[in-house]
Amino acid sequence: MGQTLAEKILQKHTDQEITEAGQIVQCKVSMVLANDITAPLAIKSFKAMGAKKVFDKDKVSLVCDHFTPNKDIDSAEQVKVVREFAEEMDVTHYYECGDVGVEHALLPEKGIVGPGDIVVGADSHTCTYGGLGAFATGMGSTDVGAAMALGETWFKVPPTIKVNLTGTPKEHVSAKDFVLNQIGQLGVSGALYKALEYSGEVVDNMSIEGRMTIANMAIEAGGKVGLFPVDQKTLDYAATAGFSGGEAMIPDADAVYERVLNIDVTDMEPQVACPHLPDNVKSVDETSGVKIHQAVIGSCTNGRIEDMRVAAAILKGRKVDPKVRCIILPATPMIWKACMSEGLMEIFMDAGCIVGPPTCGPCLGGHMGILAGDEVSIATTNRNFKGRMGSLESEVYLSNPAVAAASAITGVITNPAKL
Amino acid sequence: MKVNGTAHKVGDHIDTDAIIPARFLVTTDAKILGDNCMEGLEAGWVKRVKENDVMVGGQNFGCGSSREHAPISILGAGIPVVLAHSFARIFYRNGFNMGLVLLEIGDDIDKIKDTDQIEVDTANGEVKNITSGVTIQAAAVPPFMQEILDAGGLVEYGKKKLA
Repeated sequence: MGQTLAEKILQKHTDQEITEAGQIVQCKVSMVLANDITAPLAIKSFKAMGAKKVFDKDKVSLVCDHFTPNKDIDSAEQVKVVREFAEEMDVTHYYECGDVGVEHALLPEKGIVGPGDIVVGADSHTCTYGGLGAFATGMGSTDVGAAMALGETWFKVPPTIKVNLTGTPKEHVSAKDFVLNQIGQLGVSGALYKALEYSGEVVDNMSIEGRMTIANMAIEAGGKVGLFPVDQKTLDYAATAGFSGGEAMIPDADAVYERVLNIDVTDMEPQVACPHLPDNVKSVDETSGVKIHQAVIGSCTNGRIEDMRVAAAILKGRKVDPKVRCIILPATPMIWKACMSEGLMEIFMDAGCIVGPPTCGPCLGGHMGILAGDEVSIATTNRNFKGRMGSLESEVYLSNPAVAAASAITGVITNPAKL
Repeated sequence: MKVNGTAHKVGDHIDTDAIIPARFLVTTDAKILGDNCMEGLEAGWVKRVKENDVMVGGQNFGCGSSREHAPISILGAGIPVVLAHSFARIFYRNGFNMGLVLLEIGDDIDKIKDTDQIEVDTANGEVKNITSGVTIQAAAVPPFMQEILDAGGLVEYGKKKLA
């Protein structure tokens, strides 16, 4: 019987024969990841297990990106714990200082993860690497602590929902809109315990960055992974990033899918997820006019250079509403530098934006853009749960970077096509 | 283990930011996390909880982030069992790893009302609603998860593997 992408990748990393969804398999992992919030607990569990060293010092990544630059004493203490562990274990991929970026933007860019890998991370958006054709999924700290010690973990082979993206998108409609639309259709638990697998002409034409935007939000439909086939584009991206290995991979023609969801993107308008769940999705015109106090452009969903270019194209020659905080967070130092060399920084500063360092910061209500009661933010991030970005009485609307930039200019949620 | 306590109902899609907001993720201390359990749902929520009470969620309980602080905060609040229609994937795994008992009830979850007195037998998944007199059978724990539980949680399981 034919195999889905999820089954193919899992099969590469286990001696057990994969025959059906629901089967439990023990797999070797290619990379294990934790951040400044989740690593301290993982380290605690790692030590409680009696582990003395990590299974492979090159296959553990510790990225202090959530509350960094450290927002307070307690978060500084947590980072210290992670730093000292990294030193003790001689971990190759430790990032905290001028080299740190938002983990799911940083690891692909540095070639630390790539096609065909199995990646487990103590961060739910680890699924981002599915854009590269990696079986990557979020787990809790103790699972990750165990994987750091053992170099393996268990998975339940997931059933797969195939998402077929066809048509030609309008201007200002991009990967974020496709995935928001899909979450709106499936619901936040529509892919619970399942793999999402993407196909269709839209996928073929999409950049790797766009694919990562979509894979990033697999978890917002409850999914375990969001997987893209590995084509020449993936291999070129991985090679440029310095990833060694990786081969083309498509699902078998007779692979078994639980469901196929066809989405024609041709007539799709930019999508906005309204408070307080990512599946509360409307087209931008249905939300236009909602007053905003803040716009956040960044994160592991939309903080890459293509996103920065989109935002800059909208902001160029225009001014942000003086009552709106437009916070731009290029997700890695490399993206930051590209923003400078491409002239985007000048556009952002002339428009009246606030440009910050690479950090997860406001996305999870950490720092650098927290909302007061009754304040509203539009954000290119991935979650709009109640209180996610600050006060329980605040609201977050999720959108693509073009909508966020256009809204920052007018002070209300705005369709960039009508700017 | 038998647990006797008051049911505290929360809604569908309770996310981990509701269970323990990010501003509390600067510690791994179960007591501090427990004192702030469900602070993202309602300020001071935890004040209603007594030791051995039972949390009762709807669909997709524990969705969102992978933070293990979420099951730790529930345990820290004195709640040893969560009953729900269904659980989000990462939370489900985390719960077992941390020793928090999670029982999936499906639509029968509607047979439990807020503040009902509940008795849960975690060994066989039997849930008695003392207030209404109704007994509900939870779905069986998957065999592989049971192995981890039998080992005494994932830390103990890891210990044996490393030994």
